[in-house]
Amino acid sequence: MIKRKNINKRAWFSSPYIIWVVGFTVIPMLVIFRYAFTAREGGFSIENVLALFDPIHFKALLFSLKIALGCTVICILLAYPMVLAMRRLNLGQRGFALFIVILPMWMNFILRILAWQMILSPNGILNFIVQKLGLQPLAIANTGTAVMIGVVYDYLLYMILPLFNAIAEIDEDILEAARDLGAESLTIFFRIILPLSLPGLLSGIVMVFVPSMTSFVISDILGGGKMQLIGNVIEQEFTKSANWNLGSGLSVTLMIFVLISMAFTMKNDVEGKKSAIW
Amino acid sequence: MQDIILELDSVSKSFDGKKILNNFSLGINRNEFITLLGPSGCGKSTTLRIIGGFERPDEGRVLFDGRDITGLSPDKRNVNTVFQKYSLFPHMNVEENIAFGLQLKKKSREYIRDKVRYALKLVNMEGYEKRSPTSLSGGQQQRVAIARAIVNEPQVLLLDEPLGALDLKLRQGMQRELIKIKKEVGITFVYVTHDQEEALTMSDRIIVMNKGIIQQIGSSKSIYDEPQNAFVADFIGESNIIDGIMRRDCLVEIQGAKIPCVDVGFGKDELVDVVIRPEDLVLVEEEEGYLKGMVISTIFKGAYYEIKVRVGEYEWMVQSVNPAPVGTMKGLTILPDNIQIMHKPHSADAEVSKEND
Repeated sequence: MIKRKNINKRAWFSSPYIIWVVGFTVIPMLVIFRYAFTAREGGFSIENVLALFDPIHFKALLFSLKIALGCTVICILLAYPMVLAMRRLNLGQRGFALFIVILPMWMNFILRILAWQMILSPNGILNFIVQKLGLQPLAIANTGTAVMIGVVYDYLLYMILPLFNAIAEIDEDILEAARDLGAESLTIFFRIILPLSLPGLLSGIVMVFVPSMTSFVISDILGGGKMQLIGNVIEQEFTKSANWNLGSGLSVTLMIFVLISMAFTMKNDVEGKKSAIW
Repeated sequence: MQDIILELDSVSKSFDGKKILNNFSLGINRNEFITLLGPSGCGKSTTLRIIGGFERPDEGRVLFDGRDITGLSPDKRNVNTVFQKYSLFPHMNVEENIAFGLQLKKKSREYIRDKVRYALKLVNMEGYEKRSPTSLSGGQQQRVAIARAIVNEPQVLLLDEPLGALDLKLRQGMQRELIKIKKEVGITFVYVTHDQEEALTMSDRIIVMNKGIIQQIGSSKSIYDEPQNAFVADFIGESNIIDGIMRRDCLVEIQGAKIPCVDVGFGKDELVDVVIRPEDLVLVEEEEGYLKGMVISTIFKGAYYEIKVRVGEYEWMVQSVNPAPVGTMKGLTILPDNIQIMHKPHSADAEVSKEND
């Protein structure tokens, strides 16, 4: 009884946050749901919600999935070696390595993407270097590759951080014990490090996969308007076409899609018992 | 009896410019229970890690059955380690932990199952197959760690202060069990500890180490009864260590009193260290003792009283089953057999280290 009272006393501390969430998340969501289930001419309709499965929108969804999956895989492949290398460092060196990893994130998001546009453009820095080396100029600008580079660059940090947290926690003794029992480096990675870092990996996947799937600014700038992610489609419905109903319908379906994939990840996460960030 | 399975040949190792092992040589016999004993920082754990392959010596060689294994990584050595912190794999249950090494050796499923069962029985942990290591107590985890190591049938088992984290009662129980396990599996145990009682209880042979140098090698009894220098005497058990002068063979002068002993071969009037165990001193009436002093404290220790008697500047520690009132004058006597005379150390390395106090 006493304990419960204490909890209740503190509960009102959360009221500023609750007001914030209700005002800027819950109510807007309800509005979006209302738009989503209303036809443009008025009246109930589920057409907008199912519109995601129209071939033209579905194509954008598939491309988004491709980008998100590709980005997640590339981030995993980049993050693991980096994090394993960071594990070996002493405390001060680790801090410096993390600082270097986080540093680009202190620059404005749009600026970072615009910088990549400059680097990848036909007369950009990359081609300048490539031509100096006597090679054929690369046509990366305004392609899926450019979008992929952009999302990987932007979201890699969100793979490295949770993964680093999980891997830094693994006791060196455990790895020595595995080696002592006859495990080679590759076996140690797959049988010890990978399963023990799984909670961090899952957090990383959620934090990279979801935003890269729904992003639209990166594809807009680096895709030159030709690369339509589902985020671009939704954005255009709200802005250019001024069709809020269709935009909301697509959003709702996409959200459900994302929630399902997250629920799947979270379930595994709970089984792993601890998680780095979620 | 000289059947050496493992040999360290002039091994040296430094960390950050600090010499941890200095030209260290040691032969370990097949099937013996050998203990490396010393204060923290004496190099005993480093020695074990060099045998296990986790550290590479700067100089010297490690020989296994006469073969040079100095450069061999831990996974390729027929040696297994029981770590101080147990180091069980937290994402595997007890059975999976124990089976880990055998799976890597590609043993058959039936073989592994039988082996795991046998190992669990050996460490008294039957029925715990499916438990998670995190749900076990420290003592149980250590048993699993021992089972996980011996299931691989190593020729040498390395134990790095395996009982260090357990409480006294549990530790004593595990000491008896380790001896039993050792007898059952019949392999060489190399045991590292800073606990002299643990070493005396279990070992066939004890290597007392300090500052990366072997101070004395011998059986529990010889190490305790005949310490070769003041460090060993001080580190193993309680001791009175005091300056003496060898007046002639079998006669030592301590604090002005001439006391018969059994030691010979010292120079006439040579300055020596004299070691007398507290339990060997006998409290008698003042006039009957070689030495006379005042009782300054009496502490009840359970099986005996610990009594301090001040003679001149020195406080003698005496263990006696009878108490002595504080403030009374008493005499101290000792049998000649119980006096241990040692040469004064010639180098700083052999000096008594107080690191462990």
